[in-house]
Amino acid sequence: MTTDTRPAPADRDHAVRVNDCALKLANVNGSGSASANMLLMKAIFRMGIPVSGKNLFPSNIQGLPTWYEIRANRTGHTARALDYDLMVMMNMQTYADDVREVRSGGYALYDSTWPLDPALVRPDVTYLGVPLTTLCAEHFSAAREQVLMKNICYAGAVVALLSIDVDIVSSLLDETFHRNARLRESNQLALRLGYDYACSHFDCPLPIRLEPMDANAGKILVDGNTATALGCLYAGATVAAWYPITPSTSVMDNFTSLCHRYRREPTGETGPDGEVQYRSDHLILQAEDELAAIGMVLGASWAGARAFTSTSGPGLSLMNEMLGLGYYAEIPAVVVDVQRTGPSTGMPTRTQQADIVLAAYASHGDTKHLLLFPANPAECFELAVEAFDLAERFQTPVIVLSDLDIGMNDWVVPRLRWDDAYVPDRGRVLDKEALEQLGTFFRYAGEDADHVVARTLPGVSEKGAYFTRGSGHDKLGGYTEAPDDYQEVVDRLARKHAAAALHMPAPVLETRDGATIGVVAVGSTEPAVREALDLLGDSGLPVDFLRIRGFPFAPAVREFLDAHELVFVVELNRDAQLRALLTVETGVDPAKLRSVLAYGGLPMSARQVADGITAGLES
Amino acid sequence: MASITKPLIPLVRLEKNSLGLTVRDYEGAMSTLCAGCGHDSITAAIVRAVFELAIPPHMIAKLSGIGCSSKTTAYFVRGAHGFNGVHGRMAAIATGANAANRQLRTIGVSGDGDSLSIGVGHLTHAIRRNVNMLYVIENNGVYGLTKGQFSASADVNSTSKRGEPNLLPPIDPMVLALSLGATFVARGFSGDKEHLVPLLKAGLEHEGFALVDVISPCIQFGDHEGSTKSYAFTREHETLVDDPVLLGEDEIIAHLPEDTTTSVRMHSGEVLRLRSLPAGYDPTDRASAFAYLEERKAQGEIPMGLFYVNESVPDVHELNETVPEPLVSVPYERLCPGAGALEELQQRFV
Repeated sequence: MTTDTRPAPADRDHAVRVNDCALKLANVNGSGSASANMLLMKAIFRMGIPVSGKNLFPSNIQGLPTWYEIRANRTGHTARALDYDLMVMMNMQTYADDVREVRSGGYALYDSTWPLDPALVRPDVTYLGVPLTTLCAEHFSAAREQVLMKNICYAGAVVALLSIDVDIVSSLLDETFHRNARLRESNQLALRLGYDYACSHFDCPLPIRLEPMDANAGKILVDGNTATALGCLYAGATVAAWYPITPSTSVMDNFTSLCHRYRREPTGETGPDGEVQYRSDHLILQAEDELAAIGMVLGASWAGARAFTSTSGPGLSLMNEMLGLGYYAEIPAVVVDVQRTGPSTGMPTRTQQADIVLAAYASHGDTKHLLLFPANPAECFELAVEAFDLAERFQTPVIVLSDLDIGMNDWVVPRLRWDDAYVPDRGRVLDKEALEQLGTFFRYAGEDADHVVARTLPGVSEKGAYFTRGSGHDKLGGYTEAPDDYQEVVDRLARKHAAAALHMPAPVLETRDGATIGVVAVGSTEPAVREALDLLGDSGLPVDFLRIRGFPFAPAVREFLDAHELVFVVELNRDAQLRALLTVETGVDPAKLRSVLAYGGLPMSARQVADGITAGLES
Repeated sequence: MASITKPLIPLVRLEKNSLGLTVRDYEGAMSTLCAGCGHDSITAAIVRAVFELAIPPHMIAKLSGIGCSSKTTAYFVRGAHGFNGVHGRMAAIATGANAANRQLRTIGVSGDGDSLSIGVGHLTHAIRRNVNMLYVIENNGVYGLTKGQFSASADVNSTSKRGEPNLLPPIDPMVLALSLGATFVARGFSGDKEHLVPLLKAGLEHEGFALVDVISPCIQFGDHEGSTKSYAFTREHETLVDDPVLLGEDEIIAHLPEDTTTSVRMHSGEVLRLRSLPAGYDPTDRASAFAYLEERKAQGEIPMGLFYVNESVPDVHELNETVPEPLVSVPYERLCPGAGALEELQQRFV
């Protein structure tokens, strides 16, 4: 079958659209497609066009379907699209599903080495056959290269079809393979093969095309887990303990490589086998489980280090016991939870915001934690630093609730900035001199305006010695079973938690003239919400938007709820957890809070939000 | 745990250590354990050991889990920071504390329930990491606070107070530790302080994970006939492998016959002299330690002493090449790469 002879369907949408397209690349995981997809995404970024890339991958190493979605949009709407202008079909297992997802008038690129099953042919889709396997078999001799280069070859075809700047793509390949001339040449050849084939067989570029613009000056392309690791590095964390778990593993992988780069120096001596020896200003412990990981963090924080752990839902479940200990014994801890789809093992490589209630009240007994909600990698960096300051100021665990979409996908965000004048807020810690001046030190007495008491560190002075315990204690730090003495301490803990509301990062507010309804959201749904509110605004429905960034909720949250007749709470879980937390913690009338929920495991799209609000208003 | 302050006025003039402190300066709150509890003897042995080693009290970090044994951290060294955490997780918390401040002399006190059931995962991995700490298991074979259930160290057919036999095979922490590559493996008896104190001292001086299993009869639920962790049974069946003495750096060690004495130089420079009671027992030979333990157990004996020691294995900090000073004292300026570095490293994000 040759695609270029296929008669064009009458209803095909051939209007030219510049810098507004969504493509989806259907691959087999473990086949080397990720680098080709990243190449396309990064080239579009370098062309100055707002762009996003979402990796929808299986919990598997090799052989299962995986997809990568790229959305370029000149107005900056880069939330996940639900239908696609161009589908690159590299996985026969999923041909049928992939063809179905192409928008009417869209395009499907496939490997025409093998004929396409006529059953897959849709009259409203243009099929672009590129004989990728044949091309690579003809030009590469090694079997592995013949397979791998198919990826760069289809990327070359896409570059031609969308008029992505081929020089940018070529220089990206040079940068990637600058140390390996042979690989560099193979990749350049594969790029050229696909590019030339598309140019000579199709009418390139397609009506959906890209042109350079200037939206990305001062911006970077980075994933949230990398940014979180950077935040922990800059905050001065010295002890990290963790247990590997998708999708948070790359937090610690990145922290490890950053520490090797910035926190390790050769001693100038060599070991018995001549190996270079180092001195490291950090200790990263791969724990036996998450129970131990958070235990190590509490131990290190108790001893005075800035310490953190990174995990995901199943790990957070295991950490409950220790989080209760940290809360009650008042020990700082930073926990980064890169949320994935639950419950139980759930879908480890899919996203959700379903740990909100668990995180807020983790552990048995009356416990409440401080939560931070980054919405993108730039905030992962900022809020990681903030998390350490808050944990030490309030002497309590802080849980940073990122998610897989933020953590593992590359986002275009403003370049990260650092103020060299930053001084860590270590909270109320009495040093030797302060203890000398003190009559007697009592661990849980002498609260400040935020109801925080002073702590001491081991190894400093006998005068500061006290007995840390998760068992009932009075304000002097002694064991108690006396109702009043017990209550005095837990009541102060409640006041301390409430006082933290004024120190949490302020919510982000976006208002529109004449709006009487509002939307509240946290985290990764922000691009979808903003796009949806633009759509609704264009259709005559102004809606205000409040993005919460911390728990306990800042007073502005209650004010926003009070100021609107109806508020839609948008979130990625089944049970409306954010709405539940708002209801319980602000005392707002639950009737005025409606939910827009998506919980299938994929990032939110604008259409889901807009449709949800419209449906909610009609009901 | 309830604590009662002890009267501090000594009745007799007390010996002072090199810091000018007496043994009373290393005591803690009054014990609230049952009168005659083996654990109190261990507390006294710990007090004696840290006094004799003249460790500044504030440089000690004492940690424990949950259970009768774990209460005892309140009963020694009041001038040390204590941490009574959650059940079974002391090893993890101690690992973190040691990671943050390697200069702390970390003492962990745990029980057989805490260490061999709920916390066995943490114990085993602390051993693997060779965390530099003294880890004491106050081992009585029963859960005391919940009134007498068998623990994982109870021997098969050892009976409960009500006469029911234990059916499950025991976990022997010594054999477990040897199999994991532990670097200091010793057993003592709460009823033999003379033997226990030098073991604890040597464990404290050991640079790495020192596991000291102390048979400590529970007088409420384990000190009856039929229990293999009673005072009587332990006294009757114990077999000492050594007569340990920790000597100072300069003390002469050579006056005993070579074939019955083993000397181990600790990292601190001190010398641990062990007079082997079974002639030729070599505590630096792991394979024979294994064989000896199994052989004695088969004979129904309870071997006591330092079964194995290895001073040459790097601890968690050496393995990770951590700076020699505590991480908590590294100034922030050295930890933060600064705005310039952030600017530069973001080149790979464009």
